[in-house]
Amino acid sequence: MLKRVHFPSSLLPYLLVAPQVLITLIFFIWPASQALWQSMLIEDAFGLSTEFVWFENFQALMDDPLYLATFKRTAFFSLAVAFVSMSFSLILAGFADRVIRGATAYRTLLIWPYAIAPVLAGALWVFMFNPTLGIVAYGLEFLGYEWNHKVNGGQAMALVIMAAAWKQVAYNFLFYLAAMQSIPKSVVEAAAIDGAGPMKRFWTIIFPLISPTTFFLLVINMVYAFFDTFGIIHAVTQGGPANATTILVYKVFNDGFVGLDLGGSAAQSVILMALVIAMTVVQFRFIERKVEY
Amino acid sequence: MAKIILDNLKKSYGATEVLHGVNAEIEDGEFVVIVGPSGCGKSTLLRMIAGLETVTEGEIYIGERMVNGLEPADRDIAMVFQNYALYPHMSVRQNMAYGLKIRGLPRDEINRRVEEAAEILEIGDYLDRKPRQLSGGQRQRVAMGRAIVRQPEVFLFDEPLSNLDAKLRVQMRLEIRKLQKRLGVTAVYVTHDQVEAMTLGDRLMVLNGGYAEQFGTPIELYERPQTIFVAGFIGSPAMNFLPGRIEGDAVVLENGSKVPGGAGSGQVTLGVRPEHLVADDKGPIRLQVILAEQLGANTLVHGVLEGTDTQLVVSLAGIRAVTEGEVMGFSIAREQMHLFGPDGRRIN
Repeated sequence: MLKRVHFPSSLLPYLLVAPQVLITLIFFIWPASQALWQSMLIEDAFGLSTEFVWFENFQALMDDPLYLATFKRTAFFSLAVAFVSMSFSLILAGFADRVIRGATAYRTLLIWPYAIAPVLAGALWVFMFNPTLGIVAYGLEFLGYEWNHKVNGGQAMALVIMAAAWKQVAYNFLFYLAAMQSIPKSVVEAAAIDGAGPMKRFWTIIFPLISPTTFFLLVINMVYAFFDTFGIIHAVTQGGPANATTILVYKVFNDGFVGLDLGGSAAQSVILMALVIAMTVVQFRFIERKVEY
Repeated sequence: MAKIILDNLKKSYGATEVLHGVNAEIEDGEFVVIVGPSGCGKSTLLRMIAGLETVTEGEIYIGERMVNGLEPADRDIAMVFQNYALYPHMSVRQNMAYGLKIRGLPRDEINRRVEEAAEILEIGDYLDRKPRQLSGGQRQRVAMGRAIVRQPEVFLFDEPLSNLDAKLRVQMRLEIRKLQKRLGVTAVYVTHDQVEAMTLGDRLMVLNGGYAEQFGTPIELYERPQTIFVAGFIGSPAMNFLPGRIEGDAVVLENGSKVPGGAGSGQVTLGVRPEHLVADDKGPIRLQVILAEQLGANTLVHGVLEGTDTQLVVSLAGIRAVTEGEVMGFSIAREQMHLFGPDGRRIN
């Protein structure tokens, strides 16, 4: 006797998943394996011959202080983006949760930036902060602060962080608002009767109760800052000045397509691939399981 | 401990008025139950006293203070919610200590009060558990504990027992009553359950459609309901209502039989409680039996007034055998007749 329900096998299910499998093979598995292969090759300066060198490219990266600096910079950049955009959206969601009149319009407006392509978002910020034409740069100069992100690395970093964070605010806002609205109203009212003012209620009741969402968003935002901010950086600073805004993905592009060091670039993208796999594991292992409070 | 005064209290949501001017004076240490069907505005009234809803018109006083503009935190009240509203991320101890910490009490004073409340409510064993590890009855106790550690002037209860099973409800009802007597704190309790209301309250306010129909002791409400609504709402099984008209010193029912005892004139509704009808073969109230419910201690006979479709229920002591279609006669003492005019108000 059969212990489980069995269906007669047929070709149909294979046909139905075939398009997806094909897409995955062509756009993911094939380039990924190419990257893996290339990361173990070194090409001569004229591109006439390639040599299989095992892990020499990785070895070279580990010994390269520039690469390690990029690593640190990326960590700082993604933490900063996550922090800035999450705290902004938390504040906005906190207010939206209290808004009664015009709530829908307010929410719709807040969601718009998410629909903007990264390059356009970057272009927007470039125009505003352009040292010679930008309205914000002009305003800052008026206040006695000299803005020139083309020279000042710190300012350049601040600018890409702002641009990247701004784009992500909408997404975070949606999740935070949903999380806040799922808290039973009476719990917040009980805290009000217990004597907690709005700020106290927020930090002692609401914030702890939405901590699962915070953790989820932290991972999502880190992944976003690591991988999806290429467009913004390319449009705003091209990784400059003096590599001040070169993060890992940007360096992959720069070394591979500008520096034409395909082996080194491939090795970097393999490392990034390992990172994104690790982050996805974290996300599935720890977030799918409910955070206990 | 404080008096509560509600002075012509009104509440509107937009153009819809849901409370139409409620007046009440609740004495210091009194247990008042607000009872009514769902949607009558009783929870809204309680939430207005708590400060969770704004007052559209009228005034609320707690003690000597007019509290209309005060935040819930400044009204010196504690509230027990229907769903308990415990803080899910805090242990039982932290739940109870939360309000005290915010008020900046010293640590040992907080501990002393929490331990004391835990002892009264017998929840000392669960102090370090989270709410989700507790049963419904235990959560209920924690919610009560959170209210009493604050030592407020007023307790507010918003249907606190409606999520418990029947047996636990009876037990908690008694405990709430005992606790309130012991602490002597003024309490306002909202429920839709008239038995809960009758057993708990020093006085009841019956609310219907945003109007306070009557405010009085349970016995007053039972013996002299001022409106048809109160008469039908208080008492179980519910009062019978027989349409009729006054002729001289008697009420003439639809089927022409005369019930002696009357007041006023014209069309009236005669209200008689099932337990006040006395079996009397020559009695004027003739009931045609449809079925009988045997409850052991008494028998509920359901039927119609002979010759009409008007429903009639009689409660007879002990076990009585009745047959379907049989006609039984009943009489009623004059002082147990309730007469209501066409506007639904009492006239005798």
